[in-house]
Amino acid sequence: MAVYSRRDFLKGSLAAGAGVAALGFPSIITAQSKEPIKVGVLHSLSGTMAISEVSLRDVVLMAIEEINAKGGVMGRKLQPVVVDPASNWDLFAEKAKQLLLQDKVAVTFGCWTSVSRKSVLPVFENNNGLLFYPVQYEGEECSKNVFYTGATPNQQLIPAAEYMMSKEGGSYKKFYLLGTDYVFPRTANKILRAYLLAKGVPKDSIEEEYTPFNHQDYQTIVGKIKRFASGGGAAVLSTINGDSNVPFYKEFGNQGLRSENAPIMAFSVAEDELRGMDTSALVGHLAAWNYYQSVDTPQNKKFVNAFKEYCVKNNLPGGAKRVTDDPIEAGYFGVYVWKQAVEKAKSIEVDAVRKAVYGQEFLAPGGKIKMDEANHHTYKPVLIGEILKDGQFKVVSKSKGLVKAEPWSEYTSPDKGCDWVKQKGTYQKKA
Amino acid sequence: MRVLITAVLLAWLIAPAMGHAAGPADVERALADLAGSDADRREAAVAVLGNTRDPKWLAFLSALRDGNVYVRKAPQTAPPGRSAPETAHPRSKPDSRTPLQIVVAGAKSTQGDKDVVEIKGASDGATLGTVAVADLTEIAADRRLRIAIKPFLDADETRGQLANPDPAARKGAAVKLGNQADAAAAPTVEAALAAEADPWVRHALAEALALIRLAHGDAAARVVAAGTLGGLHSLNAVPALKRLESDGAASAAERTAAATAIKQIERWTFLTTTLETAFQGASLASILLLMALGLAIVFGLMGVINMAHGELMALGAYTTFVVQNWFRTAWPGAFDAYFLLALPLSFLVAGAAGLVLERGVIRHLYGRPLETLLLTWGASLVIQQGLRLWFGAANVDVSSPRWLSGGVPVMVGLTLPYNRVFIIGLAAVSVAAMYWLLFRSTAGLRIRAVTQNRAMSACLGVRAPLVDATTFALGAGLAGLAGCALTQIGNVGPSLGQNYIVDSFMVVVTGGVGKLAGTILAAAGIGGLNKGIEPALGAVFAKVAILVAVILFLQRRPAGLFATRGRNADA
Repeated sequence: MAVYSRRDFLKGSLAAGAGVAALGFPSIITAQSKEPIKVGVLHSLSGTMAISEVSLRDVVLMAIEEINAKGGVMGRKLQPVVVDPASNWDLFAEKAKQLLLQDKVAVTFGCWTSVSRKSVLPVFENNNGLLFYPVQYEGEECSKNVFYTGATPNQQLIPAAEYMMSKEGGSYKKFYLLGTDYVFPRTANKILRAYLLAKGVPKDSIEEEYTPFNHQDYQTIVGKIKRFASGGGAAVLSTINGDSNVPFYKEFGNQGLRSENAPIMAFSVAEDELRGMDTSALVGHLAAWNYYQSVDTPQNKKFVNAFKEYCVKNNLPGGAKRVTDDPIEAGYFGVYVWKQAVEKAKSIEVDAVRKAVYGQEFLAPGGKIKMDEANHHTYKPVLIGEILKDGQFKVVSKSKGLVKAEPWSEYTSPDKGCDWVKQKGTYQKKA
Repeated sequence: MRVLITAVLLAWLIAPAMGHAAGPADVERALADLAGSDADRREAAVAVLGNTRDPKWLAFLSALRDGNVYVRKAPQTAPPGRSAPETAHPRSKPDSRTPLQIVVAGAKSTQGDKDVVEIKGASDGATLGTVAVADLTEIAADRRLRIAIKPFLDADETRGQLANPDPAARKGAAVKLGNQADAAAAPTVEAALAAEADPWVRHALAEALALIRLAHGDAAARVVAAGTLGGLHSLNAVPALKRLESDGAASAAERTAAATAIKQIERWTFLTTTLETAFQGASLASILLLMALGLAIVFGLMGVINMAHGELMALGAYTTFVVQNWFRTAWPGAFDAYFLLALPLSFLVAGAAGLVLERGVIRHLYGRPLETLLLTWGASLVIQQGLRLWFGAANVDVSSPRWLSGGVPVMVGLTLPYNRVFIIGLAAVSVAAMYWLLFRSTAGLRIRAVTQNRAMSACLGVRAPLVDATTFALGAGLAGLAGCALTQIGNVGPSLGQNYIVDSFMVVVTGGVGKLAGTILAAAGIGGLNKGIEPALGAVFAKVAILVAVILFLQRRPAGLFATRGRNADA
C-alpha cells in the first residue's frame, strides 16, 4: 500500500477545493474529499471463468496501486472493493447491486462474458452506475452506463477477415466459421457472414459450425474442414472458447492439415490462454487482437515488467511466468482513463465523469488509444499476430492508425448508430 | 506491377542461373531506392533483391518486412589518428549529400534511458556495433512493400519445405504448389518428384504436377491431367475439374475427362469418408470405454458409485504431466519415451490413491450406496482442490511425444492420427487384460465370488476385504490409465474429471451395471451413434440426440443392455 503523504493530501484537497469552487457547491465534496474513493472490481475469481478473469482483477488492482503510489485521484486514494461473482450470471447482478447500493463505488471494472455483462446491465442503468468493460465483444450494445475498452467487431473480426482475403494475407476465398455455441461466436459469425457475402464470397464458400462448451472431440469437424479446404484457398475463422482449442488444434495437425494450406484465424486465443497449452500444434496459425505482449513500445516493456513484478510481489500463482494480453491491457488502461476523466471533471459523480471520458486520450502499453467522443467505445489499433512456439505473437499486420469502434456493425445493422451526445444512445440512421 | 512480380518469380523458379543476373551495382541501386520515397522504385527494388535468390538478401527482405531495416548516414571513414565518432555530432536528419548506409537491426536492449540496438551492414553483413535507436531511421515496410516481398519469401519457404527432412512438411509444400497451380513451379515439382522416395509425398507431388498441367497445359495435356487426377483420387482437384467440366470453351473430350475424373474421385471420397467416420466412431468408443472400464468394475462388482472416478483420471493426467517435466529436465534426449513411463506410473498413482480412499473411508460404508455416493463426491472435491492448490487453477501443457503426433496415411484422403490409433489399441489391451484377470485368473475368481455372495466367499476362506481393496484399486488404476491417455487428445486441468464423468456414467448405465460386455457394447454404440449423426446434425445436436436416445433406451430397459439377473441386481 502506498503511503499517503500529507503534502499529496494537501495538494489534492486544494485541487479538489478549487474544482469545487468553480462548480459552485463546495460543502458536499470537500467534506468527502478526505475519504478514499471506492472502486468496484467485479471479476469471477472462482468457477469456469476464473482462468481468464483472475488476471483482470490482478491488473486492475495493480493499476490502482500505481495510482495510489502517485497520490491517488484528486488527492484521494482509491480503495478497491473486490467481489467474486463466481462465474454465475445471476450472482453478477447481485454483486453489482451490492457494489452500487451498499458499497457506493464510484466506478466498477468488471465482467468478461457477454452474458455476465448483459446480466449486470440493468443494475448499472437503473442505479446510474459506471462500468468499464475490458473484453472484445460482439457489439450491438450502447449503454449510457458502460464504457467498452475492448474491441467491437469492426476492430477485430472484420479487419481479420479482410486480412485473410487480401493478397498480403494469402488471398483466401473460402471460410469455415467455427465457434463455441454461445452469444459471442453466434453474433460474430453473423457479422462475419454478412461481411463475407458483401465482399462477394459466394454462399457455398462459407461454412458455419458450432460445438458445445468444453467440446473435446474435433474429429468430425476437422474431417469436414479437410474436405472443405481441398483445392486450397480456405481459411478457418475460429471463435472457439479457450479450453476447447487444444483438442481442436491437435486434431487439426494430426489429420495432416497445416497452417500454410489452411490457416486458422482465432478471435479468442490470447497469451494468457496459451500459458496452459502445448503450443506446438498452434505455431503458424493467426489471431487478431488490439494488443500483444510482444508489442514493441517503451511503455509496454514497462507495463509487462510491472505486471510480472506485481504478480511475484503478491505471490500470485504463475509469478514471473505471467503474461499480459489484450483484455489485460484494456482492463489496465480503463482504470487510467477513468482517473483522467475524474480529474478533468473534478468530480466522481457518474454523469460528470461520463462526459469527461468522451475524447479522453491515454498512452496505453500498446500505443495511444482514444475514447470515442460519443459512443462509449474506444479507438484502437488492430494487430494480426502469428502464434510462436513460446506462446507469444509476432505481429504480421497492423492497421494504419486507430480504428473507430462501431458498436452496430455496418454489415448487419447498417441503419443503427450509437451516440450519447447528439442522440440518446442507439438511434436509427436516416437513409 | 503484378506482371512484373510474376515475371520475376517465373524467371526465378525456372532458371536459377538467370536470377543471379542482377549485378552488385543493381543491388546497390536497389538499396538506395529502398531508402528513398518513390513507392514504385521501392517495389522494383524489392524485386531486384528477391531476384538474386541469395539467402542473404532473402533474409534482408524478411528483416525489412519485420521492420528491422534502418538507414543512417554512413560514418565518415576517419583518417588514422583522428577519431570522429558519428554519434558525437547528432544531426537531425540524414541529408542527401552524406552517403546513406542501410543497416539491419539485431537484438534490442536498453542502456540507461536510451534504447540501443546492434546493427549490421546490409551489403557486407559486417557488425557495426551497438547504436542508439534514435540515430536510425526505419525503412518502413508499408502494405504494398510487404505484398511485394511476400512471393519471394513464400517461394523460398516452399523450396525449403520441399527439402525438409519431415515428409509432412514436404507434403504440405507439394499441396500448396498444387493449389497455387503456378506454371512456373512445374520444373521445381518435377525435380522434387524425381528425387522423392516417400510414396505419400510422391502422390502429393504427382497431384501438384497434374494440377499445374490441368491449369496451364493444352487441351490434350488437360485430358491426360484430368485422367491422372482421377486415377490419383485427388480431392484437391475437384474444384479445378468442376471448373473445366462447366467451361464452355473446353472441348468435349476435356469435359468428358473431367466428368469421369470427378465421378472417380467422388466414389473414392465416399469410401474414405465412410471409413473415416467408422474410425472416428471407433476412436470415440475406445475413449469412452477406457474412461468407463474402471467405473464399471467398481460400480458393477462392488456396488460403489464412485463420483471421484473423474478426479482419479485427473490424477493420472497430472502424473503424466509430472513425468513429462521430469524427462524434460533430466533426460531431454529421451523425451519421446516419457509417455511409456507415464502409462504405468499413472496407473500406479491413481491405483494407490484409490487404495487409500477405499481403506480409509469407503470400506466403512459398504452396502450404503447413498453415503458412498456422497463420500466419493466429497473426495472428488478434495482431490480437485488439491490439484488446484498444487498445480494452479490454469491448465497445464502436456506435449505429445513425436510418435503420437501426426498421423499415418492409410489411403489417399484418409489419415489416421497416431494418438487415436494408440488409444484404440490401449483400450483393446485393457479390455483383454480385464477379461483375462476376471475370468481366467484365481484373483478374478475371488472377485467374482465376493461379488456374488460375500458371506459365503468369506466362509470359504476368501479374504473379502482384501478383494474389495484390490478391486477398487484396480478400478482407480484404470481411471489413471485413461487420464494418461486423455492427455494426448485433450486438456489437463483440475476440472478435467468433471468433463468426463457424465459420459463415463452414461456408458456404464447404458451397458448394464456389472457387465463388462455391456460396457463395451454401450461404448461402441454411443461412440458410433455420436459420430454417425454428427456429420449431418453438428456437434451440439449430436450430443443432445445421444442423451435423448439414452434416456429413451433406459426407459425401455432400465437395467441397461445386459441386465444382471439374480440377487445383486436389487442390491
